[in-house]
Amino acid sequence: MLSKKNKEALFNPLSKDNPVLVQILGICSSLAVTASLEPAIVMGISVIAVLAFSNVIISFLRKTVPTNIRIIVQLVVVAALVIIVQQILIAYNYDVSKKLSVFIGLIITNCILMGRLEAFAMHNSPWPSFLDGIGNGLGYTIILVIVAFFRELLGSGTLFGFQVIPQWCYDHGYMDNGLMILPPMALITLGCIIWVHRARNKELQEQ
Amino acid sequence: MNKNSNTYQILYAAVMVLLVGTVLAFIYMALKPKQNENIANDTRKQILSALHIAPPSDAQVKDVYEKYIIQDLLVDAQGNVVDSADNVAFNVDMKKNVKLAERQLPVMKCKLDDGSTKYVLPVYGAGLWGPIWGYIAVNDDGNTIYGANFSHEGETPGLGARITEQSFQDEFKDKHLFVDGEFKSVAVLKRGQKTTNGAEQIDALTGATITSRGVSDMMADCLAPYEAFLKKMQTASNPAPATTAIESETNDNQPQ
Repeated sequence: MLSKKNKEALFNPLSKDNPVLVQILGICSSLAVTASLEPAIVMGISVIAVLAFSNVIISFLRKTVPTNIRIIVQLVVVAALVIIVQQILIAYNYDVSKKLSVFIGLIITNCILMGRLEAFAMHNSPWPSFLDGIGNGLGYTIILVIVAFFRELLGSGTLFGFQVIPQWCYDHGYMDNGLMILPPMALITLGCIIWVHRARNKELQEQ
Repeated sequence: MNKNSNTYQILYAAVMVLLVGTVLAFIYMALKPKQNENIANDTRKQILSALHIAPPSDAQVKDVYEKYIIQDLLVDAQGNVVDSADNVAFNVDMKKNVKLAERQLPVMKCKLDDGSTKYVLPVYGAGLWGPIWGYIAVNDDGNTIYGANFSHEGETPGLGARITEQSFQDEFKDKHLFVDGEFKSVAVLKRGQKTTNGAEQIDALTGATITSRGVSDMMADCLAPYEAFLKKMQTASNPAPATTAIESETNDNQPQ
């Protein structure tokens, strides 16, 4: 079940081969949906689901897909899964689906998806592809959650919508940093995370 | 079979699209009732928000809505009530742009905890990227705005999307729709600009000129047909000022 190769497929994307930190993919959505934790986590779960299932489906189809139209086939599979996720969100978590608005739809264009389908699922059997999808989705989600944690804490003083910075701090002149809510600070936060990550992983540093 | 032959590719694509289409259609149909309920609850929340009632949880929103909204009305351009069945105003599709003469105007009559009566009038218009809509709560004097709530489909976050912010919506409170007895909708203008017709105004949003103008036009276009209805309310709630005005005139005339 979890051979060495499968373990790599699952765990490498969490840190050493992280799609956001190392491959710098999926930046657009990680800037847009990380103003607070709840949409970030829902977005992460959506991407994990879409990525894992599209990897499995494409992996099952990989021997039948005509080479000329393989990108179209991949896109149709991803688009269908994204629409399913979107419809489920509207039905069961309407408020979050309103917050995520176009970004759920834009999962289709998330480079992580096409990247994994093309690089992994087209050449591997379904089980490793599934693990690879979960791993990359988790790698993406972890970064989203870290960025959203700092942005929501410093930008709104809340976590998951609950006030965590006590009132007496505000009474003594503390103020929420409104800039944290805006996309530029997401990019800067992300940059700081990449900096820390590279500092801790010597093999990622370019000479 | 040759995977790269045209026949294979066309067949492959056609079968795949048919399959995916069927699955999506099935899921859409299965989830539709639940989605419609969510959308209706969201509308109820917007209406309650225009009345300054804090949005309750999803499970309660219908009960709270039905507690405060006591009657739905459809009125015509002459201000006569033509229909007052349950939810008749709530179910009006604002997207359908019916000709002004035939338009039946939805009104939701509400009774708040303090016993005062408010009338909620839906408005619908165009922003920069897509439709914007809102709910305007008017006092029973038919003139003063009690509260407003605006929503949008895809205005720019941080710019046009700020019409949904409480601080913007609160600016409409206590503004008047009539100036010297004439209907003049509240205008949304850049700070420093003045309305030409003497209407009351509020500050537009920085960086969202077109959305602000959209709100302004939406209010004017959608509320103007209510003029007769609102005037009737004014005479019903407060007939005194008109007569005192005439009396004072006659008093002025008498000494001459």
